[in-house]
Amino acid sequence: MTTMTDPPQGSFRLSMLLNDTRYRSYTFQFIALVVLIGALAFLMSNLFANLAAAGLNISYGFLGEPAGYDVQQTLIEYTSQSSHMRAAWVGIINTLLVAFLACLTATVLGVIAGVLRLSKNWLVSKLMSVYVEAFRNVPVLIWILVINTIVISMPAPRAYRGETPDAEMFLGLIAYTNRGIYIPAPTWGPGSGIVALVFLASVAAIFFLRRYAIKQLFDHGRDIKTFLPSLAIFFIPTLLAYFIMGRPIGVDVPALQGFNFQGGTQIGRPLIALWLALSVYTGAFIAENVRAGIQAVSKGQTEAASSLGLRPNRVMNLVVLPQALRVIIPPLISQFLNITKNSSLAIAVGYADVTATLGGITLNQTGRAIECILLLMLFYLTISLLISAVMNVYNRSVSLKER
Amino acid sequence: MSDTHAHSVAYVRETQLSQQPPPSTAAGPVKWARDNLFSSIPYTILTLAAIYCIYVILAGVLPWALNGVWNTNNIRECREVLEGTTGGCFSVLSERWNQLIFGIAYDRSEYWRPTVAFILLFVAAAPVLFNKLPKQMLVFTGLYPFLAFYLIWGGTIFAPILALVGIIVGYVVYSRLVTGSFAAGFFGGVAAAAVTWWIGGFVVSAIAPQETFLSAVPSRDMGGFMLNMILGVVCVSLSVPIGIALALGRQSDMPIIKWICVIFIEFVRGVPLITLLFVANVVLAYFLPPGTNFDLILRVIIMITMFSAAYIAEVIRGGLAALPRGQYEAADSLGLDYAQAMRLIILPQALKISIPGIVNVAVGLFKDTTLVSVISMFDLVGMIRGPILSSTDWNGVYWELWAFAILLFFVVCYGISQYSQWLERQLATDHR
Repeated sequence: MTTMTDPPQGSFRLSMLLNDTRYRSYTFQFIALVVLIGALAFLMSNLFANLAAAGLNISYGFLGEPAGYDVQQTLIEYTSQSSHMRAAWVGIINTLLVAFLACLTATVLGVIAGVLRLSKNWLVSKLMSVYVEAFRNVPVLIWILVINTIVISMPAPRAYRGETPDAEMFLGLIAYTNRGIYIPAPTWGPGSGIVALVFLASVAAIFFLRRYAIKQLFDHGRDIKTFLPSLAIFFIPTLLAYFIMGRPIGVDVPALQGFNFQGGTQIGRPLIALWLALSVYTGAFIAENVRAGIQAVSKGQTEAASSLGLRPNRVMNLVVLPQALRVIIPPLISQFLNITKNSSLAIAVGYADVTATLGGITLNQTGRAIECILLLMLFYLTISLLISAVMNVYNRSVSLKER
Repeated sequence: MSDTHAHSVAYVRETQLSQQPPPSTAAGPVKWARDNLFSSIPYTILTLAAIYCIYVILAGVLPWALNGVWNTNNIRECREVLEGTTGGCFSVLSERWNQLIFGIAYDRSEYWRPTVAFILLFVAAAPVLFNKLPKQMLVFTGLYPFLAFYLIWGGTIFAPILALVGIIVGYVVYSRLVTGSFAAGFFGGVAAAAVTWWIGGFVVSAIAPQETFLSAVPSRDMGGFMLNMILGVVCVSLSVPIGIALALGRQSDMPIIKWICVIFIEFVRGVPLITLLFVANVVLAYFLPPGTNFDLILRVIIMITMFSAAYIAEVIRGGLAALPRGQYEAADSLGLDYAQAMRLIILPQALKISIPGIVNVAVGLFKDTTLVSVISMFDLVGMIRGPILSSTDWNGVYWELWAFAILLFFVVCYGISQYSQWLERQLATDHR
């Protein structure tokens, strides 16, 4: 005896498209597809009608034409005679530069603030709460503009002139002015490549030493001290190479000449404003992620490690941090993505990122709004897809392997 | 026994000692300070560093804030009053108060309109935010959008009334048809509302008087903090239903609908808001029928709503995914169809889980409304950077204005996030 009733075998009726669950989803999808195609066709026909009325067409030929505008801070060679394409590349590299710098400093700030917020020192933990709440609850655009104003109110380069200057360089090396900060730059003499190679090799050696030590610890239970050997490897070969090659690397200190500083490296005012503001703003969010990650490791883990006889710093390094990192890193990566997207606010302080060159001046000069914004979105989409791909790979690698 | 003892030892205390207070180093504020501030040498160094930081900040801010000038007409008068001493020219706030808060849209006698709308916002939001209030207040919440529109934009009162009537007609049709099937009720309601608006449009344009009780205000003139509030409130409330629809679409078994939602969500989340605002500013007009003239504020609202809907959809998807599989199966086994299961079983629980996330998105969105200053709209930030700092009267009064903006945003956003934490505690039904 079967209690299951077979579906009715009757012939197909039109009403079954709506009432029968076997066919209903096809009906809905068909309607959705028709509506979507209709809407796209409507928008496209409007687009072509409007473009025809304005005498425009969609073409990317403008990218090869000379841009005709100057950019303050460039990492690659660029003149006003370079093409719009080149200007867009300058912008992309500037975006990546500020995003990279801000990711570094925001992570450092966030980790310090997050750990200190959990500190048993009442005053310090309260101070860190104030920092986190103050910066999280105010728009990043306001922080960018405020820090820009702070940099503007620094002394002008001419304040450093004269017998009794109004301002002095920090340690004689760093000058902070309202045009930006001037820092010493390295000069690369002949043979400096070898020094750099030796330095890279010693960094790699430290890396392998640490891996070897961990392997020894896990496989044989041997505890190898790595701190002093690492320090020695870090300094001694590089210094030896430096003096053997005849001190090829020098320092170019900025010096006041006329009304401005010459030499050294200038970090422009817009870059500083954007960099610092993104760092302190995102640092507050990262601090919360770090705190949540550390608190997510259950207290039993710490107690178990202590009862095994581990000392507090080993408990932190071997037991708490590896588990906390699993919780911290995914939101950390999405904060990096936020930094990259928020760096588009560069336009408010005049930093030449890709939104300001491609989406700003190029757009206004050529009037190619659709093409410019399409390219701009494509760039940000690529970045965000790349970052989420990295995140997926990481998540897969740390996901709990269940038996 | 005590006798023998008394003979063998020289002295025995016969009475108990009265209790002594603990030594001053082990009780009270001293003990607290030793435990919490100076427990070890690194902690002491940290504490001293923190005290120094606080001192530097207070030494900079306090004289400036306490010695402020509140009633001068421009920066030169203010500097005369200060006579070279440190102090803030807060008179820029009192003199430009209306501009900072309301923009340039209203006459001096009409500032009560946005003010009343703002106060009523709390009355309307209260029954949504606090469960314990009587449910009847929700009627006012339903009426509030039309009332606020009328107060802020003015013009003929028939336009918001028509919008309200259309929605009521739509709801009546929906509640008649929904007993048959949800789809029929939904589409019938939408169609009925559209027909009402279409017919009513002719009637209203025929009977609308020339003279109106509240003068119509062009939205191009709206600005100040009011613009941030309008954008924030409107976009968040519009994007929650759209976000729910997108999240359900993304979870759907139907591949075409699922992929439409996935592509939309990932696209919007992958680009910065500012590019979407550029689209609203310069590109969107190309995609509209030739000759249509869309308000900039409306275009911006459309783009910001799309933006926050995508983020809210992801939050709600998290809530849907967190529900145990058994809830879906229980709904199925009761014989509920998809719409009933979602409305009665799944969404109430999923939304409850996602409320803190939604509030986070709302706070982020409210902060992001300042970005409209980049496309030359005069919200609070745009108003400060544009008309006020570039006027000859107040050129150079940066800190007072930025401090005001920071304070305003901090109060609102911190308030919302505290509310969210309170709500999380209220909704926690699992006893841990």
